[in-house]
Amino acid sequence: MTEQLDAGLVAGEIAEHPDALSKPYAGGELGRGRRRKEDAKLVTGQTNWTDNITLPGLLHMTVLRSPMAHARIVSVDVSAALELPGVIAAYSGADLADVQGALPCAWPVTAEMVHPDHPPLAVDEVRYVGDGVAVVVARDRYTAVDALEAIAVEYEQLPAVVDMEAAIAEGADLVHGDKGTNTCFRWPFASGDNYAETVAAAGDDAVVVKRRFRQQRLLPTAIEPRGVVVAPIAAADEYTVYSATQIPHILRVMLALVTGIGEHKIRVIAPDVGGGFGSKLNVYAEEVLALVVAKKLGRPIKWTESRSENYQATIHGRDQIQDIEIAATRDGTLLGLKVELLADMGAYLQLITPGIPILGAFMYPAIYKMKAYDFHCTGVFTTKTPTDAYRGAGRPEATYAIERIMDELAAELGRDPMDLRKQNWIRHEEFPYDMVAGLTYDSGNYEAATEKAEQMFDLAGLRAEQERRRGDNDPMLLGIGISTFTEMCGLAPSRVLGSLSYGAGGWEAAQIRMLPTGKVEVTSGATPHGQGHHTAWSQIVADALGVPFEDVEVVTGDTDSSPKGMDTYGSRSLVVGGIAIHKATGKVLEKAKRIAAHLLEAAEGDVEFSGGTFSVKGSPEATMTIQQVALATFAAHNLPDGMEPTLDSDYVYDPENFSYPHGTHLCAVEIDSETGFTTIRKYVCVDDIGRIVNPVIVEGQVHGGIAQGIAQALYEEAVHDAEGNLTTGSLVDYLVPAAPDLPHFDTGRTETPSTSNPLGVKGVGEAGTIASTPAVMNAIHDALRPFGVRDIAMPATPERVWRALRHDDGTPRDASGTVAYGGPSTNATSGGTS
Amino acid sequence: MRVRMKVDGVVYEDEVEPRTLLTHHLRDGLGRVGTPIGCDTSNCGSCTLLVDGESVKSCSVLAVQADGTEITTIQGLAEGSTWHPVQKAFQEHHGLQCGYCTPGMILAAVDLLSHNPDPTEDEVRHGLEGNLCRCTGYQNIVKSVLSAASEMRGDGPLPGSFQDAPAESHETAGASS
Ligand code: FES
Ligand code: FES
Repeated sequence: MTEQLDAGLVAGEIAEHPDALSKPYAGGELGRGRRRKEDAKLVTGQTNWTDNITLPGLLHMTVLRSPMAHARIVSVDVSAALELPGVIAAYSGADLADVQGALPCAWPVTAEMVHPDHPPLAVDEVRYVGDGVAVVVARDRYTAVDALEAIAVEYEQLPAVVDMEAAIAEGADLVHGDKGTNTCFRWPFASGDNYAETVAAAGDDAVVVKRRFRQQRLLPTAIEPRGVVVAPIAAADEYTVYSATQIPHILRVMLALVTGIGEHKIRVIAPDVGGGFGSKLNVYAEEVLALVVAKKLGRPIKWTESRSENYQATIHGRDQIQDIEIAATRDGTLLGLKVELLADMGAYLQLITPGIPILGAFMYPAIYKMKAYDFHCTGVFTTKTPTDAYRGAGRPEATYAIERIMDELAAELGRDPMDLRKQNWIRHEEFPYDMVAGLTYDSGNYEAATEKAEQMFDLAGLRAEQERRRGDNDPMLLGIGISTFTEMCGLAPSRVLGSLSYGAGGWEAAQIRMLPTGKVEVTSGATPHGQGHHTAWSQIVADALGVPFEDVEVVTGDTDSSPKGMDTYGSRSLVVGGIAIHKATGKVLEKAKRIAAHLLEAAEGDVEFSGGTFSVKGSPEATMTIQQVALATFAAHNLPDGMEPTLDSDYVYDPENFSYPHGTHLCAVEIDSETGFTTIRKYVCVDDIGRIVNPVIVEGQVHGGIAQGIAQALYEEAVHDAEGNLTTGSLVDYLVPAAPDLPHFDTGRTETPSTSNPLGVKGVGEAGTIASTPAVMNAIHDALRPFGVRDIAMPATPERVWRALRHDDGTPRDASGTVAYGGPSTNATSGGTS
Repeated sequence: MRVRMKVDGVVYEDEVEPRTLLTHHLRDGLGRVGTPIGCDTSNCGSCTLLVDGESVKSCSVLAVQADGTEITTIQGLAEGSTWHPVQKAFQEHHGLQCGYCTPGMILAAVDLLSHNPDPTEDEVRHGLEGNLCRCTGYQNIVKSVLSAASEMRGDGPLPGSFQDAPAESHETAGASS
């Protein structure tokens, strides 16, 4: 046997550097808080951001944008720009009309959906402030910016359409005149028993609470703005596109479909990407324009977005009006839920714009058992920047509405809001559970997460303090907010996507390549932009193959080296991409085992694998490491008959079900009734995201998510004036929280493994964002409820809170209203008072 | 106009347009691209670097205003392959995710610690007010800075976030608890 091994170990004789060969696997990779592999370059400034890329002869592109929300383009004259020294080219939309194609929308949610043409540069009409009308290409950045001023555009102003409800009213001005309507689609979804009948059947025993919630428009604000560089080889009609994107693989397909350039002639590279939060999950005008202009000129082109452009031309998030109605019997048992949703599409449909509210449709019932569910969504066009996926995409909106109205229902019933949740949630022994919205939740333990959170938070202690301080008429108002959320992660089973008319699948691809020296290369189609994929993937592979963590290299973000993929969004990376990798390691092991059996002269059934070593049952000295097998497959001197040399594998994994992480977030706020200023005093969360690969990365994801959810509750709002101008168009006016604006978060975990995948993982990317907005807003409403305050719009700015605490004439309201669960508060069936 | 500056230990002398921002001169003129740009209103702090030892948002300074200065960017902060304690602390305490804010955050922290070697958590939060991070929620950034402060004072870093041994299990048996 030793002879056979030696025969395979030629490389060991050629190269003798001790570091070239592998050390034994130390074990315990999964669940270990590994330092991130990504960090070395990031903390030393050796990062490859798109804007860092420079190429010989590189030209800079800038985009002239519409200053009006809605106007007919009478003329665009670029001739003066072309006269400027250093300007290479300038094009209007009309100049590019026959090559620029139309930007894609991959999610036609209904067959009748109105899908307006979306040219990268507007040709006839501009429909939002920031809509592109012309491009300039110049020798350097500054000249390209200067030249924009030399372009003369004549507009004929058309009416702006800003308000969603006005937009769908009779006789409204139209965003797309030729479509005859501002309604993009209507999407009805009734599930379970009939809602109206269910409520009627309960008769006098039914309690119904209605509220209107507003999901304000948000600006995603990845700190790296977008950017694109296109390097053409004109003679071969071949293009390398570098883009600060979350989706290099999808982008490649779409660029081919939009421009007609062969998909096989386009290579897309997502270099280091500085955050996305959904805003880089799209196919943007500038990506198409840089490509068609590079093709026209045969020169490399760079476009880098400024922050002000980013706020106009990168998708916005949220912007929904939610009319929600919940019904329960007097004893608190939920009967059903009815949701009427208005969702602002903006002026055009970007990649998955119409699908965002539909993703939320399935999550309104959240973790609660009920029999009837009625959902209806209307998508509406307005003359504003298109909306699309932003941090949670539909699911945070749904969670907000249900968690807020559970508190309102509790107040109406005179119940403790946590008790009401406990009465209605799925108990851990009831999983798997078929939800009223049609999903099957595979696992969960809401009791365990909540119990732990209550302890960490000292919920009972804080409630006692609140009661005492209310009795003392303390002008600082203590409020306690609860959010027991779940989310739908791991997008997505391809069949489900198909049934929802989404234009692609939800699988993910992985490849493992065992190198001759025993090192391992892993490619993944899940492309990171800050999450730490390279570290987590290395841990999964190290654990499965029994190789050292350091010996694994992960390759992502380049359609040449990781050609297949569906990219990163929807908390899918670990749950779909990670499982693809895990399955690919299984294929490697399967092949390696056959080879090991062959070389160890044992029956395959007698060969065992553990910690990176194959051994033969009953003969302890007959062993072989996986690295030795890799080398043997490379030398290929002695393989089983018919076996292919080398030790690689490919796996494309299509999930069978979603995963359902959940958790309990508790927030205590102190509100100064004199100023309306809210301070978060304590924030505790216990998340159950199933099995953990790297707890430190998980905690970081939770922190960042909570921060963005708090930002929605307290700080951020994209505001448009009546003419459709974005009045929060820069970081001066749009309040992204800085370090002093956010509290310390106490995080905890429970682990209820998912039963939908072999690693038991569930995904964590959006948990914090989804849970924290309602936790904070419930805390604020809890503090204000004795004053009869029923709904404060987000963000709950000091001004809004201050006003809510006063009558219209400015005199303070008193706290004579009943306390949170001392009895029914106000008339439950009318809308809010924001 | 002619400007002369020492950037990360190397002297450069160049002709620049008077309106050229320092950050563009460094990135486009000198190829020192370690300092990224995140806004156009001097709000985000991504472009922070040290000019004569003080932190400056390089998008709010003209290259000509930096004539005759000595500049440290993130690319010049380490001594050879030995990272500055703040760089080390950011990795040890997971003070970064996408890393786009990180160069500015680290240099702002270096400046903060040079003025206040023993800051409280609150002082760190306020000291970094001019630097936005969208990924981390700041908690681990604050921890990183406090740890670096402790190390730089000679008290050793705070216990790291990362474990060299496997984490203990938090598993909650789904059906049995
Ligand atoms: S780029 Fe300088 S502060 Fe934002
Ligand atoms: S780590 Fe991404 S912005 Fe700070």
